[in-house]
Amino acid sequence: MSKIFPKSANALPLQIVLFLAVAGTVATAAVTYWVTPKYTRVGYAPTQPVPFDHALHAGQLGINCVYCHTNVEKSEHSNVPSTSTCMACHSIIKKDSPLLAPVRASFETGAPVPWVRIHKAPDYVYFNHAVHVNRGVSCVECHGKVNEMQVVKHDQPQSMSWCLDCHRNPELRIRDSKDVYNLDSETLAAQGRLEEAIARVHDWKIKPPQSCSGCHR
Amino acid sequence: MSQAHSQSSGAPILHGAGVLREVEPAVLPRPKLVENDRSFAWITDKVMGIIEGPTPRWWWWSMAVAVFVASFTVMGLAYLVSTGTGTWGLANPVNWGWAIVNFVFWIGIGHAGTLISAILCLLRQKWRTSVNRAAEAMTIFAVVCAGLFPVFHTGRVWFALYPGFLFPFPNSNGIWPNFHSPLEWDVFAISTYGTVSALFWYVGLLPDLATARDRFFVAGRMMRAKIYGFFAMGWRGSNRHWSNYEMAYLLLAGLSTPLVLSVHTIVSFDFAVSLVPGWHTTIFPPYFVAGAIFSGFGMVLTLMLPLRSIYRMNDLITQYHIDCMCKITLATGTMVGYAYAMEFFIAWYSANPFEGFAFINRAFGHYAWAYWTMISCNVITPQLFWFRKVRENTALVWVLSIFVNVGMWFERFVITVTSLARDFLPSSWGYYSPTVVDIFTYFGTFGVFSVLFLLFVRFVPLMAVAEIKAVTPQADAHAGHGHGEAHH
Repeated sequence: MSKIFPKSANALPLQIVLFLAVAGTVATAAVTYWVTPKYTRVGYAPTQPVPFDHALHAGQLGINCVYCHTNVEKSEHSNVPSTSTCMACHSIIKKDSPLLAPVRASFETGAPVPWVRIHKAPDYVYFNHAVHVNRGVSCVECHGKVNEMQVVKHDQPQSMSWCLDCHRNPELRIRDSKDVYNLDSETLAAQGRLEEAIARVHDWKIKPPQSCSGCHR
Repeated sequence: MSQAHSQSSGAPILHGAGVLREVEPAVLPRPKLVENDRSFAWITDKVMGIIEGPTPRWWWWSMAVAVFVASFTVMGLAYLVSTGTGTWGLANPVNWGWAIVNFVFWIGIGHAGTLISAILCLLRQKWRTSVNRAAEAMTIFAVVCAGLFPVFHTGRVWFALYPGFLFPFPNSNGIWPNFHSPLEWDVFAISTYGTVSALFWYVGLLPDLATARDRFFVAGRMMRAKIYGFFAMGWRGSNRHWSNYEMAYLLLAGLSTPLVLSVHTIVSFDFAVSLVPGWHTTIFPPYFVAGAIFSGFGMVLTLMLPLRSIYRMNDLITQYHIDCMCKITLATGTMVGYAYAMEFFIAWYSANPFEGFAFINRAFGHYAWAYWTMISCNVITPQLFWFRKVRENTALVWVLSIFVNVGMWFERFVITVTSLARDFLPSSWGYYSPTVVDIFTYFGTFGVFSVLFLLFVRFVPLMAVAEIKAVTPQADAHAGHGHGEAHH
């Protein structure tokens, strides 16, 4: 049928198969790289209305996380501090700094500072901060070394598989209770105290849910 | 009947001079599969004429109606996706309703195609050749209609395609589908079924697509010659092509044969693996398979009889073909009737009060109307096919085939809904009714199916031309030797 198709058409089936194979591989690789939370979330560092420097406050000055995020041990929600928390110091320290103008304005008007949210669990995910920090899961596990960040960024992918990595092997991720807010500390396992970690998982009844309804309630 | 037989009955004449030297078995006349001694050219012209001729007016009208009906599915699904799955009539305790009923209904219909193409091929039932193409097309389109329901019942349908939700792919959720669940087995069963059916259909089409290509080329219709030529994949009808083709076809027949049994077995597991009274029975797999083939042949008859009369194909789809299909419908329908009876027997014999109640409730409870519709359509209707007079009345066969389709839909409705509406806890008993969205979606699938089937009729050779030629008398190299068979 060379009158209908040129001779080169004989190679067409092979070409189509090759094309589909290559296109499929490229598409899979591209989706794996660009369309997963490792890429879409990690590194997100929006400009905040006030250039609050965690490296200065939590790192250099050594202010404990809980000083500002007061409810993290008690509530499922770890709160962003109210302006009055800022003003506890900044009514004395750097009280005229132009960088703090929005904080002072907020304090006067009562309207909160419009911080830009960085970490957001989807509305179909139930996440409880208190349960995690009270069992020895440090802030650093999910938020990275905030004490070294001048601008806070999304440090971990926080994908479901990332959650499950820990839920399936909690003993590898927990710390001494005293180290939970010490972002430079290491996990028990990393300190070579895996036995202790396993015992702790048992004694403290750390049973991270792996069923759907554990988080998707 | 045979002379030899009558003489072998122990009579003394056996030892005398009257003994036959050779036993001549009675020659049973084989029914002709192509009547009126049609020539090869006539067969080609007849089948190819459908795709070569102008589009008939009835086709446009049917297409318009089919598209209109299909739009109901589009509306139903659009409303479902935009609003949510709450628009379906599912509510405690009946959380499986029309969606799974329709799914099983459509999947079941497909089984006739697979049976015809696979099992009848291996059993060398030559009458399959003039119906297998259309039946296989029906299978594929039925799988398409069936697939709509499980995919759309997820509500946010795009999730159905996410890796890890239906199909097991590595994903950033770190989860896999539940391999313990028969619903997941269903995903594999149905996708395998769809793939193999499409492959089988396509491989069988190759020689005919090439015929279409050549005929369009000769007629100077180059656009069509190119399109059919593309899909014919360079078929030239050489010996090597035919030899590869026969091997591929045989292998695919072998591959599909287990599918005829496995697909609906697994569909039945959706129910049988649960603990709900009325579902949790071991009879389900064979019962579902028989029902599927029963409904499938019902649909083949529903589709082929009008086509036969529109295209005047009485020489290709003969009374013998209709007889065969009616008899399979009769056989499988009787099996289904037996299964209904056996379910009742086991419900009594097991002495399980829940099981017993489930069945009494089916026949005499709130859904008795559905149960007796099912019984009359599925048990009584096929019994009429015992009568030759019925089988020879094409219009009546067509009407009865519709009853079969209706009955099999009701069977799935009865199984799904009656058991759930009266489960273990009387406090949660309820009555299920579909919503208008359910009705629209289901009604429209007949349009979806018809659109696809009409396109098939218009653009794809309706019958396996090459194979029909092989079953004509003149293809038989040993014609006149009584019991010769065509070999290649």
